[in-house]
Amino acid sequence: MTRYLLRRILQAVFVLWAAFTVSFVILYLLPGDAVSAKLGGGEAGLSVTPEQLAAAKAEYGLDDPLPLQYGKRLLAALQGDFGRSIATGDDATNMVVSALPPTLAVTGFALVLAILFGGGIAFAGTLTRHRWLGNLLLALPPLGISLPPFWVGLLLVQFFSFQLRLLPALGSNGFESLILPAITLAIPTGAIIGQVLAKSLRTQLAEPYAEIALAKGASRSRVHFGHLLRNAAVPTLTIAGVVAGNLIAGSVITETVFSRDGLGRVTSSAVTAQDIPVVQAVIVLAALVFVVINLLVDLVYPVLDPRIRHRETTDA
Amino acid sequence: MSRTAATSLLALTALVATACSSAGGATGADAGPPKPGGTLRLGISSSPDCVDPQQVGTNASLNVGRQLVDSLTDQDPATGEIKPWLAEKWESNADSTAFTFHLRDGATFSDGSPVDAASVKTSFDAIKALGPKSQLGSGYLAVYKGTTVVDPKTVKIEFSVPSAQFLQASSTMSLGVLAPAAYKKTADQRCQGDGLIGSGPFVFESLKQNQEIVLAKRKGYSWGSSLFKHQGEAYLDKIAYKIVPEPGVRTGSLASAQLDAITDVQPVDEPQFTGNGFTEPTRPNPGVVFNLHANVTKGVLTDEKVRQAVVKGINRPEVTNTVLTPNYKPATSILGSATPFYTDLSPLLAYDPAGATALLESAGWLPGPDGIRTKNGQRLTAKVVFSLVFNQNKSVLELVQQQLRKIGFDLQIEQRTTAESVQITQSGNYEYLWYNTTRADPDILRNLFSTKANNRSKLPAGNPVDAPLDAQSSTVDPAKRKPAAEEAQRAIIEHGYSAPVFELTQVLAHGPNAHGVGFEASSRLQLFDAWVSGS
Repeated sequence: MTRYLLRRILQAVFVLWAAFTVSFVILYLLPGDAVSAKLGGGEAGLSVTPEQLAAAKAEYGLDDPLPLQYGKRLLAALQGDFGRSIATGDDATNMVVSALPPTLAVTGFALVLAILFGGGIAFAGTLTRHRWLGNLLLALPPLGISLPPFWVGLLLVQFFSFQLRLLPALGSNGFESLILPAITLAIPTGAIIGQVLAKSLRTQLAEPYAEIALAKGASRSRVHFGHLLRNAAVPTLTIAGVVAGNLIAGSVITETVFSRDGLGRVTSSAVTAQDIPVVQAVIVLAALVFVVINLLVDLVYPVLDPRIRHRETTDA
Repeated sequence: MSRTAATSLLALTALVATACSSAGGATGADAGPPKPGGTLRLGISSSPDCVDPQQVGTNASLNVGRQLVDSLTDQDPATGEIKPWLAEKWESNADSTAFTFHLRDGATFSDGSPVDAASVKTSFDAIKALGPKSQLGSGYLAVYKGTTVVDPKTVKIEFSVPSAQFLQASSTMSLGVLAPAAYKKTADQRCQGDGLIGSGPFVFESLKQNQEIVLAKRKGYSWGSSLFKHQGEAYLDKIAYKIVPEPGVRTGSLASAQLDAITDVQPVDEPQFTGNGFTEPTRPNPGVVFNLHANVTKGVLTDEKVRQAVVKGINRPEVTNTVLTPNYKPATSILGSATPFYTDLSPLLAYDPAGATALLESAGWLPGPDGIRTKNGQRLTAKVVFSLVFNQNKSVLELVQQQLRKIGFDLQIEQRTTAESVQITQSGNYEYLWYNTTRADPDILRNLFSTKANNRSKLPAGNPVDAPLDAQSSTVDPAKRKPAAEEAQRAIIEHGYSAPVFELTQVLAHGPNAHGVGFEASSRLQLFDAWVSGS
């Protein structure tokens, strides 16, 4: 068990390092840089001379040889320091950390809604004795996945905010402002959860143990909650990482549509401006979230399924 | 269940509808006299990375910064004339290398310190020291020699070469004056509002990136520009700039009264706000219009007749009528019509495909098999580099591409990111550049075309624009400046150094509650006379 844990933690550290390194390489492969974008963009480009631009790049350390820049940044990043944003002048770590709470509030709420809706549909769809109802319910997840979140968001704003004036269209103040963006995010996420859970419930339902339990006279719902859930949960948990990624990526869209502050907006503007310090801080943080979720999932597996616990310990 | 839901929904809709119409009816017809108090909720399209007007050059930033600082002078948006603000009067020497300003009494910064000659010197020296970080100021002060405190109320600002443009620059927020205490903070801190101490009618209150910027009324303000419609304090208690990137949400929020006014109304959304209690103030940007700026050293653009044919082959009214709206004007010069010393050259810019074809034929460019002309095996084609700083850029260029195809010219359009187009512009490795530039002074042409400045056309020495550009920069006397500026505009178009297309226009929309949201001479927001009713 300790070796299992140790191996997983080492993997996590490797993912974080890889995220940092790949983002560094990609940002350098792109033509242009944040200083040119800031000082030379638009009208400002009229007055900046090539010499001034070079001096400004030197000020941000962008003229050092690449390996040196990489080393410096990596060393600082290990201490939680990603440097100052070139676009805003604010501390990059601070920008990302302060953008985290509004994003977590929406994604957290969206996750709760997604589990309720996705789980609800999966259970209702597989529990019902009416075949047509089951089919109808189970057709919802593929539909939910195919709806573009941008369009869903605009539709929700249009109806609930502009027409009915029930909820605010903009801002991140209070619980009311969370509802529409969370629903927008919850639709594709809930659809993924619903689809995977429904599929594994159906597979489990066809297993002999379920048929025996039913034959012995146990009610469908008792079989569902008493026997199937535990087994169906493993594949559903496996997609937790996908769901987390989906939520983080979706926040770029919802935060833009609903004019919210958060990680998504910080990311999209930093990428546009090629603001390396901020992009790296975001990527490492996102990788960290991803890695922690996967680590937790890996730790929960053996609890749910003794076979995994057994195999891992004997393999090692 | 569904029945009650439907009924309550209906009732709600009716309620909303009546609420709207009564709000519209009460204020739409007669706004009454301006009323102090209240907050203006203004929806803007992008987050100003930095709110220090001395540093940044984007509209998002300057629209905030303008309200925080006063300038030495102000510029009349109607006539382009320079008028008193912090300076009551001023004079310049014969060759426009020295400007002396006499400051008014009683103006103070929001930290209580006086606006005196020493503080003006501190501020100008600090802008110069920012270097390229002062994105617009570094251009205005490119040949700045220094400032002398003559006496507490008099400052003398000097340049190493004639700088007639400085008088207009002294009216911009980029050269707005900050308190000496502001420079105890770093440039990065001022960007975030920390230490942003001006003498303007509003003071900085808070900034949340991607979210909101709040300014509050400066109590006791009484040194407004001579161009302001009222004197004393501003009307608004607060201005809340709400950052709303999605245009549909911006218009919807205004229509549903969640905002009082918005900027950057998209051409497709404009009809939504005509009549029905809403108003749509617009103003074309002064400066260089959106144009195809030719590099005369590249490819087919080395042939002057080709460049002239392109100028004639663009149907400008078709661009504004189809891709844009009537609020956008077809270009009638390289300068926008709101620029001082602009000259109407519309006869030179009339759509003339026959004239264009004749020019190309006479230069030996004959139609090829696919309709594109060729000469000695060379195709009549050029690339234009652009970035999406203005949303409609791509559609405009696609239409221009179709128009030029009719005269047998193949315009290739190439979209790049801002950072990439900066590199391309600096390297000089382009055929046509597509851009516009806002500046309420004809000297902007010298920045772009003079061999002594950026020379985007890569003109050789002894070209026909250098002399008039130098002439207009060496005197503030309109009688001498005007003919020089005219000559430069004419030469640029006659030689096809640039093919102007349309004038960028700022389009705002007001809800029924917002009044007096105005434009200053560079078409940025001036909110001193703005007020809100019914809140």
